[in-house]
Amino acid sequence: MDVSTAVFYLIALVTVVSAGMVAFSRNIIYSAFSLLGTFMGVAGIYVFLGADFVAAVQLLIYVGGILVLILFAVMLTHRITDVEITNRAAGRIPALLVVALFLVLVIQIVKETPWARAKEITFAATTAKIGDSFLYEYLLPFELASLVLLGAMIGAVVLSRKEIKE
Amino acid sequence: MSPNELSSYLTLGAILFALGLFTVLTRRNAISVLMGVELILNSANINYVAFSHFSSGNHVGQIYAIFVIMLAAAEAAVGLAIVLAIFQLFHSIDVEAVETLKE
Repeated sequence: MDVSTAVFYLIALVTVVSAGMVAFSRNIIYSAFSLLGTFMGVAGIYVFLGADFVAAVQLLIYVGGILVLILFAVMLTHRITDVEITNRAAGRIPALLVVALFLVLVIQIVKETPWARAKEITFAATTAKIGDSFLYEYLLPFELASLVLLGAMIGAVVLSRKEIKE
Repeated sequence: MSPNELSSYLTLGAILFALGLFTVLTRRNAISVLMGVELILNSANINYVAFSHFSSGNHVGQIYAIFVIMLAAAEAAVGLAIVLAIFQLFHSIDVEAVETLKE
C-alpha cells in the first residue's frame, strides 16, 4: 500500500467517522463541530479527484461560511446549559433499518455496474477551464446564480429581523 | 477500494448520503435536520466530481458541483433565518412542536 492510498483511506475514515458523529451525537455542539471534519474530508476527496478549484471552494464556502452560520444558529437558539437534551432523536430503529437497506442496495448497485471509464485520466489545473466555461456556455446559469444569491440574502434579512409591533 | 477506482468514491458518497438521510429522518432539532441536508448535498457533490473525473475527463461535473455548493449556501442562509424566526416565535426549534405555521 503506497502513501497516496493510505492518505485516501485516512481522509475517507475522517469523513465517515465525523459524518457518523453528526448523525449519532447526543450534543448538538459536537454535531456542529463534527461537520467541520466532514467538510474538510470531502475537500480532501476533491483533491484526490483532481478538482483543485472545487476543493478550494468547498473550504471557503462550506467551512468558512455554512459551518459558521450553523454554529451561530446553534449558539443563538438552544440553551447551552442543558446540554443533555439538545439533540433529541426519534424513531431511530425504523430509520436505521430503512437507511441500512438503502445503503446495502446502493453499494450493491455500485459494485455490480460496469462503469464506463476514460482511457487515460489526467490531472491538470482546472481553474482557468472552469472560468472559461462560466463565461461562455454556462453564462446564463452563472448570472441566474447571482440573482438567486441576492434573493436568498434579502430573504434571510427579512426573515430574521425583529418585527416591531405598533 | 483504492483511490484509482470510481466505485470507492461512489461508495463513500453512498455512506455520506445514508448518514445524512438518517440525520434528516431522526433528528427533532431543526438545525440538525439542516446539517443532514448538508451531508446529503456533499455526497451528491462527490458523485458529480467523481463521474466528471473518471468517465469523461472534462470539468462539467465540477461546474455542477460549484452550482450545488452555491445553492447550499443560499439554502443554509434562508433555512437558518427561518429557524431563528421560529425560535423567536415559539422559543423552541423542535420540529414536532412547530407543526402549525402561526401562533
